[in-house]
Amino acid sequence: MSRTFSIGGIHPGDNKISANAAIENFPLMDTAYISLSQHLGAPAEPVVAKGDTVKTGQLIAKASGFISANIHSSVSGTVTSIEPYPDLSGNLVPHIIIKVEGDEWVEGIDRSEDIVREISMESKEIIGKIADAGVVGLGGAAFPTHIKLSPPPNKKAEFLMINGAECEPYLTSDYRVMLESTEQILIGTKIMMKALGVKKAYFGVEENKPAAIKKLKAVASKGYKEIKIVTLKKMYPQGGEKQLIDAILKRRVPSMGLPIDTGVVVHNVGTALAVYEAIQKNKPLIDGVVTVTGKCMTEQRNFRLRVGTSFDSIMYAIGGFPKDAVKLVNGGPMMGKAISKMEAASVKSTSALLLLTDRETRRGVEGNCIRCGKCVDVCPMGLEPYLLNRLSRADRLEDLEINMVHDCIECGCCMYSCPANIPLLDTIRLTKAQVLRIIRSRPKK
Amino acid sequence: MKKLLVSPAPHIHGKESTRGLMRDVIIALAPSLLVSIYFFGFSAIKLAFVGAITCVIVEYAIQKYIIKAKPSVKDYSAALTGLLLALNLPPNSPWWIVFIGSLVAIGIAKMSFGGLGQNLFNPALVGRVFLLVSFPVIMTDWTTPASWFREGIDSSTGATALSIVKEGLSKGMTMDEIFAQNDFSYAQMLFSKIGGSVGEVSAFALLLGLVYLLVRRVIRPHIPLSILGSVVIFSGIFWLIKPEQFPDPVFTILTGGILMGAIFMATDYVTSPMSSKGMVIYGVGIGIITVLIRFFGAYPEGISFAILIMNATVPLLNNYFKPERFGKEVKNG
Repeated sequence: MSRTFSIGGIHPGDNKISANAAIENFPLMDTAYISLSQHLGAPAEPVVAKGDTVKTGQLIAKASGFISANIHSSVSGTVTSIEPYPDLSGNLVPHIIIKVEGDEWVEGIDRSEDIVREISMESKEIIGKIADAGVVGLGGAAFPTHIKLSPPPNKKAEFLMINGAECEPYLTSDYRVMLESTEQILIGTKIMMKALGVKKAYFGVEENKPAAIKKLKAVASKGYKEIKIVTLKKMYPQGGEKQLIDAILKRRVPSMGLPIDTGVVVHNVGTALAVYEAIQKNKPLIDGVVTVTGKCMTEQRNFRLRVGTSFDSIMYAIGGFPKDAVKLVNGGPMMGKAISKMEAASVKSTSALLLLTDRETRRGVEGNCIRCGKCVDVCPMGLEPYLLNRLSRADRLEDLEINMVHDCIECGCCMYSCPANIPLLDTIRLTKAQVLRIIRSRPKK
Repeated sequence: MKKLLVSPAPHIHGKESTRGLMRDVIIALAPSLLVSIYFFGFSAIKLAFVGAITCVIVEYAIQKYIIKAKPSVKDYSAALTGLLLALNLPPNSPWWIVFIGSLVAIGIAKMSFGGLGQNLFNPALVGRVFLLVSFPVIMTDWTTPASWFREGIDSSTGATALSIVKEGLSKGMTMDEIFAQNDFSYAQMLFSKIGGSVGEVSAFALLLGLVYLLVRRVIRPHIPLSILGSVVIFSGIFWLIKPEQFPDPVFTILTGGILMGAIFMATDYVTSPMSSKGMVIYGVGIGIITVLIRFFGAYPEGISFAILIMNATVPLLNNYFKPERFGKEVKNG
């Protein structure tokens, strides 16, 4: 019996049309645009200057502050400038711009395909090395991984959980990684277990990926018995940390809490691979697997892409921006961000580029709320989106807090299901941010 | 340079629309409508047609000429109200009855509250109850008109099973005697009743509609099941105590408007609660009030009043019965 989370959820259709495209190396670009803030937290501080030559894998910006991450050059060449450049949302943020010359790597990085199984480092060493390699969460939020692996002293981690749900439609990068680098991610999982000091890990995969489940189970049975592969029912948003923990362990993260409050630390499949490469191959996080997909495209692709590749050059490589497409989404169709500038470049956490046509993404005309309750029915956090929307439009922040707007995970189930096409999440997202700011600004008891 | 469309997530939308949901309810009513055409012929067609058309025209006119809003009759909700009203009238009603009922349903019960989604009370039921109070003779005349398939029945035998039983019991007869005297059987009630509103003729056709609504996920089972369940349990208690004075639960469920009410009227989105807990309390309330009116009230049937009474509690239910929150516990410290 496969499991799933206990409240709400939807089936937004699979559309995993790129599932059978093997991962290919994306050709090197001419210029790399490497953002200094591609992780949650403070931007990194550059340690190179205009005119410097850099090698692939060289540290070019250092973490600044507690929540921040190192950034390494994904290419070799000359730094032409460090200047504001549009990010995914079109905002100008400092980027290191490097003219690509050849592909010369820093010495000491193991680029062979050999699988290194022996884990020689101890917990502290592992966490330090992961921080050095600039590994961040690749499930979307890009939270620095080394911090997640060092829970506060009053909290004890019991289990590690690897998120292979990939519940968003279209996305297949995690699937390809599970299929093509199965043992590497299991070693990455073991490394993180050692770092956390836990004895058991759960690896959740949705049942629409039978090939990945079969392969993971086969490899895990030979030498990775402490990692339990869990088959999950197909249900969005199962890849949300709170939903995944509920689905696998039937434990609920309290309101305003973190997974560690239930004794669990959750990491994504892509992160497990990045950890493996950082520890066993001495390779910093400079590339990642990215699905390039859309029904308007003739060919579906999964690329291993260097960080800082501009979307322009990706579109060029796949034969130009499809004529019918109107929207380019960084991520999946439910939670991804629409990209506003084609010259913007990929970041560490980019996992998919989705091209949507007008017909696929056009919003319907908003009608009256008919109080059908479908939004309440599908909300995985047990909230009442219709009410939150109404309170949001009236700016009633106090009532919004009473009705727990701060628990919203912005999964979009309500807006997807609304028969009257009401932009529920648009309004809720805004007041949620306000309410969270107010809650956090209160003096702690 | 390609201009990109930028908007917040989600970037896709499900297939459900208000129009689609209303259409599904109309489809679910089709079996009952077909059965009523079989039994009442042109009369049923006339009532359904006049009801639907009047509601659509009234809503359109109010939006266009009085409140100057964009007409929204394309969402089928007005047509559905007219159809529901027609199916809740005696089959021999004159056309102007359904016309007046439609005026009240749309004009007063729906549009004066602000249109779709804003009304507190079920518009079709408000229309029906208005007619029942204003034209009591016409609204309780259960004479059935002739159809192409059968002869008309004169008013002396055309009373509803409910009123026959109520009258019989008040004369001191037992249920068995009433059944024997009137030739009632449960099978007859399941497939074709002895007099009753247009849409209530066949319990089977109504249940078919329920199955369709559940399969298409238009409604959730909470409301119909809690109404039917509470009617069975509550009337069953009376029946067990005094079987000679109260009809048994199966008879109670199969006769009158309970199925019609539980499946199509009480489940109206706008006037029913949002959360599962609220739905169950609302349904149980309807069930209990219906049984009380039937057994102890002046009217033989009480579901219309019961639904309208519980409609009034919906804002309160929505306020007090919240869905189960995921993060029930709040993190300490």
